[in-house]
Amino acid sequence: MSAGFFLLLAGAFVWARLPLGGVLLRAAVVLPFSALFGLICWLAGDPARGLSLIVKSYLSTLAVLLVISTTPFPVLLKGLELTGVPQFLLLVGQFLYRYLFVIGEEAQHMRKASAARGATLRQWAGGAGFRSAAGALSVLFARSYGRAEQIHQAMTARGFSGHFQPLQRAQFRPYDTVFTIIACLVPILLRIAVERAAS
Amino acid sequence: MRPIIEARGLRFRYDDGTAALNGVDFCLYPGETVALFGPNGSGKTTFVLHLNGLLTGEGEIEVCGLTLEKRNIPEIRRKIGIVFQDSDSQLFMPTVLEDVAFGLLNLGCDRVSALSRAQNALETVGMAQAGSRAPYHLSAGEKKRVAIAGIVAMEPEVLVLDEPTANLDPPGQRSLADLIAHLPHAKIIVTHDIAFAQALCQRAAFFRDGLIVAQGTVDQIVSQFNWVFTPEQTKLRG
Repeated sequence: MSAGFFLLLAGAFVWARLPLGGVLLRAAVVLPFSALFGLICWLAGDPARGLSLIVKSYLSTLAVLLVISTTPFPVLLKGLELTGVPQFLLLVGQFLYRYLFVIGEEAQHMRKASAARGATLRQWAGGAGFRSAAGALSVLFARSYGRAEQIHQAMTARGFSGHFQPLQRAQFRPYDTVFTIIACLVPILLRIAVERAAS
Repeated sequence: MRPIIEARGLRFRYDDGTAALNGVDFCLYPGETVALFGPNGSGKTTFVLHLNGLLTGEGEIEVCGLTLEKRNIPEIRRKIGIVFQDSDSQLFMPTVLEDVAFGLLNLGCDRVSALSRAQNALETVGMAQAGSRAPYHLSAGEKKRVAIAGIVAMEPEVLVLDEPTANLDPPGQRSLADLIAHLPHAKIIVTHDIAFAQALCQRAAFFRDGLIVAQGTVDQIVSQFNWVFTPEQTKLRG
């Protein structure tokens, strides 16, 4: 069954012209975490469940990578909006995506600035280094807070009163309906076929 | 002529007790462009944030005949558009077009006219092709133009630009000056860039310790406060 789902996903990656090897490697990022839980299941005397957990988490990661590699984030948000995801969660997602890079860039600047003054990773790891790292993190939080204040001012200055008005409402076209039906039917049919073959 | 903006005795103190404004009096007349000079922390940005009620202190502000008070704030925010120093804080929507239309939709424009006005504004700033791009993929100069488009689209009567040339290279500064010069609005420009102010502003005001201590032409203010840096001023040691 899992092999069938894997082939389906692999086929989708090839169809989307994404580098399969690189994607398989990236999806492995989840393995250390799922392996830990798999190990716990194994120690609890249920190795089959442990293995299934590892495989399912890997396949789920592949599926997530497929979606985010083929769908621009704004489109993904619009799609989620169509499915009725609460507006507040979508806003959090939108702002997180928009400013994660900006804050990441600020963190990089701070890291470079400390490296330019002789700080090394080894120093960060020591007791005093840990305090310095904690201090740097607090500065980063303070900067993020300052940035949030500025964003709020910029929004308020343009008349924001707490509700986002979408410029274009996403529409569920016939093509989307067909795609959704196919995307749901294929795994269901695969499961039925595998179960019939097994019996 | 009646001023389009009039501030009288403006005072403001931040929560930590820092007195940022200590009785600012200021007028802006229709069609004019005024530069605000002064040292860092002298109250320039705090002052402009008062003009559309983002900060509120003591004193009186009148914008286009409307007194700045709670019930007039939405109308005043239509009339004064602020372009913030850091464009990244101003461009928060997923695409450029959505960002430019953000203010229009908040004003109650229907989607069709918001879309059309946003596209026109992008054309005005020379970014018509960027509508579907993500703001974080733009260069600093492009971000500044899009930020200006977001304000111009709302058709304000006054444009306030806070350090518009910050982080721009000289060609970017020239191109921005050219764009701003062609916008018909009355403008307040907070800047340290003397050449930029000389190119655009008829008048300048100088802030010090939360007060406007002098007003005049850009050249007068620059010379009065020696507000320029030239290589000759650097004294070589040894």
